[in-house]
Amino acid sequence: MKKNDRDIRWLPGLSWLTALFFLFLYTPLLVLVVFSFNASRSTTVWSGFSLEWYHKAFTNDAIRVATQNSVIIATLAAILATTIATSAALALARNKRMKGKQAFHGAMLLPLMIPEIVTAVATLIFFSTIGLGLGLGNIILAHTVFCIPFAYLPIKARLESMDENLEMAARDLYADKWATLRFVTLPLVMPGIISGAMLAFIISLDDFIITLMLAQAGSTTLPIYIYSFVRVGITPEINAVSTILIGFSVIVVSVSAFLGRKTAS
Amino acid sequence: MKSLRALLVTYAGVMPSMLMLVGFLVLPLAIILVFSFLTPGPYGGVEPQVSVAAYVKLFFQKDLYGDLTFNSSVLEIAFRSVKIAAISVLGCVLLGAPVAYYIAQQPKRRRNTLLLLITIPFWTNLLIRTYSWIIILRDNGLVNNFLISANLTEAPVKLLYTEGSVVIGLVYTYVPFMILPIYAALERLDAGLIEAARDLYASKWRSVTSVVIPLAAPGFTAGSILVFIPCLGTFVAPELLGGGKHLMLGSLVQMQFAAGRNWPYGSALAMMIMAVVLVCLTIFALNARKTGGGMQH
Repeated sequence: MKKNDRDIRWLPGLSWLTALFFLFLYTPLLVLVVFSFNASRSTTVWSGFSLEWYHKAFTNDAIRVATQNSVIIATLAAILATTIATSAALALARNKRMKGKQAFHGAMLLPLMIPEIVTAVATLIFFSTIGLGLGLGNIILAHTVFCIPFAYLPIKARLESMDENLEMAARDLYADKWATLRFVTLPLVMPGIISGAMLAFIISLDDFIITLMLAQAGSTTLPIYIYSFVRVGITPEINAVSTILIGFSVIVVSVSAFLGRKTAS
Repeated sequence: MKSLRALLVTYAGVMPSMLMLVGFLVLPLAIILVFSFLTPGPYGGVEPQVSVAAYVKLFFQKDLYGDLTFNSSVLEIAFRSVKIAAISVLGCVLLGAPVAYYIAQQPKRRRNTLLLLITIPFWTNLLIRTYSWIIILRDNGLVNNFLISANLTEAPVKLLYTEGSVVIGLVYTYVPFMILPIYAALERLDAGLIEAARDLYASKWRSVTSVVIPLAAPGFTAGSILVFIPCLGTFVAPELLGGGKHLMLGSLVQMQFAAGRNWPYGSALAMMIMAVVLVCLTIFALNARKTGGGMQH
C-alpha cells in the first residue's frame, strides 16, 4: 500500500475495481466447477459432494466419440499449422532477399480479421462446391487455416528475441545452412514452436461455429455435443465435461505461458 | 534477371502458409462474393444465373401482387447487431480500462501473473463460458435465488433471454481483447508526463482524462476493433443467452445455410458483415496513421 501511495499513477478505488473484475471473470467458471461435484441434478442448489456426474460423463459413449474426434482434429490441425507457420516465421525473420515481408506478415494474421461466421459459411460453400467430402479431413483443413496466426505469433516473437550471432557463429565454423537450422536455430526456437503448437491445439479444440457448419454425421466434436445438450436443458454432466476441459486448458495455457516467459528472459 | 529457381527458393518458406490461406480462406471468400450474385438452387446450392436478387432481398420483399416493398427486418437485425456490439465495446472499455491501468502500475512479475489470469478464461471453451452465465442468470439461477432469499423480490427477475444477458455474455467473452491493447499502451506511458500535469495543479482525475487517456488512445482503438468484430458476427451468445429471440446477423447467416437453404442470400448477408468490418478496419488504419504521426512531435 505504501508503495502505491508514492506512485504518481495511483488512483483511489483502482485496486477495488480490479478485484471486482477478477470476481466477475472467475465466478461463472467457479460456479460451473463447484456444481459439477453436486450430488443432486440441480446446478444452483448445493446438496452434497459426489462424483456421479463424472462417472456418467466418462461412461457416455457419445461424449467419448466426440472427445476422440476433437482430439484427432486438434492434434492434426496443430501439427499442420505449426509446421507451416514455423517455416513462414523462419523465412520472414531470416531471409534477407525477400520482398514484401510486411504484406506476408499481414496475410499470416488474416484469419483473425474475418468474423468466424463469415469464414464458416465461406468454407462450407467452398467444400461443397468443389465436392470435397473428407469428413474429419474437411474440419482439419479448416482448423489448420485459422490456427495459423496462433501458431505463428509465438514463434515470431521467439525469433525476434533471439541472438542472430549464434547462427552466424555456426556458419563461420563451417556448418552448412541445414546444419545451422537443425542444430542451432531450431533448438533455440523450440520454446516458441511448442508454445505456438499448444495455442493452436487449444484454439482448434475450442472451435465451435466453423465446426458446426462443416460437421457431418459422425464428426461431432466436443463443443458441438455440448451445444446440442445445452440447448435442450442443463445437466451437471455438462458441468463435469466442462470442468475437465477447463482444467485441461488451464494446464496447457500455463505451460505455454511458462515457455513464453523463458523466451523473454 | 532472377531465375525462377532463385525466386522459388526465396519464397519457399512462406509458400505453404500462403497456399493454405489463399486456397482455404481467400478463395472461399471470393466464391461467396460470386455466389451472392447468383440465383439460388432449389435444394441449396446455386444456379449459374447472374442476379442481384439476394441483395434486393436484404431491403425489399415481394408483396401479394409481386411488387417490391421496402422491408426493414434485415436492417433491424443489422442495427441490433451493431447496437449490441457497440454496447459490448463500451462495457469492455468501462470494465477493462481501470484493470489495465492497475496492472500497468504493478511490478513486472505481478504484471505477468495478472495478465495470465486475464487470458486463462479466454482459452477455455467459448460455449462453456457462455453456458456458465445461463446457470447464473436463469429464473432459478444464482442471482435470482439470492434476490429471493434476501426478500428483495418475490418472483424471479427476468435476466436470461434479454439483450442485457447477450451483452453480459459478450463482454465476459471479449474483455481480454480490450484489456491487453490498453495495457500495452499504458505500459509504455511516461509517468513523468503525469507528474508534470500534477505539478501544474491538475487534479488526479484531470491528469487521467487529459494525459493518460489521450496517450493511451491507440490502445483503446485497437481494443475496440478487436472486440467489435467478433461481437458483430457472434452466434453463440445470442443463441444461448438471447434464447434465439434477439436475432443477430450471425444467426441470420447461419440460418440461410442450415434450414433456409438460400446460399446467395446467406452469402449477401456475409458480405454485409464483411463490409461493416472493412469500414471499421479502415477507420482503425486511418486513426492509427494519424495518432502515429502525432506521436512524433
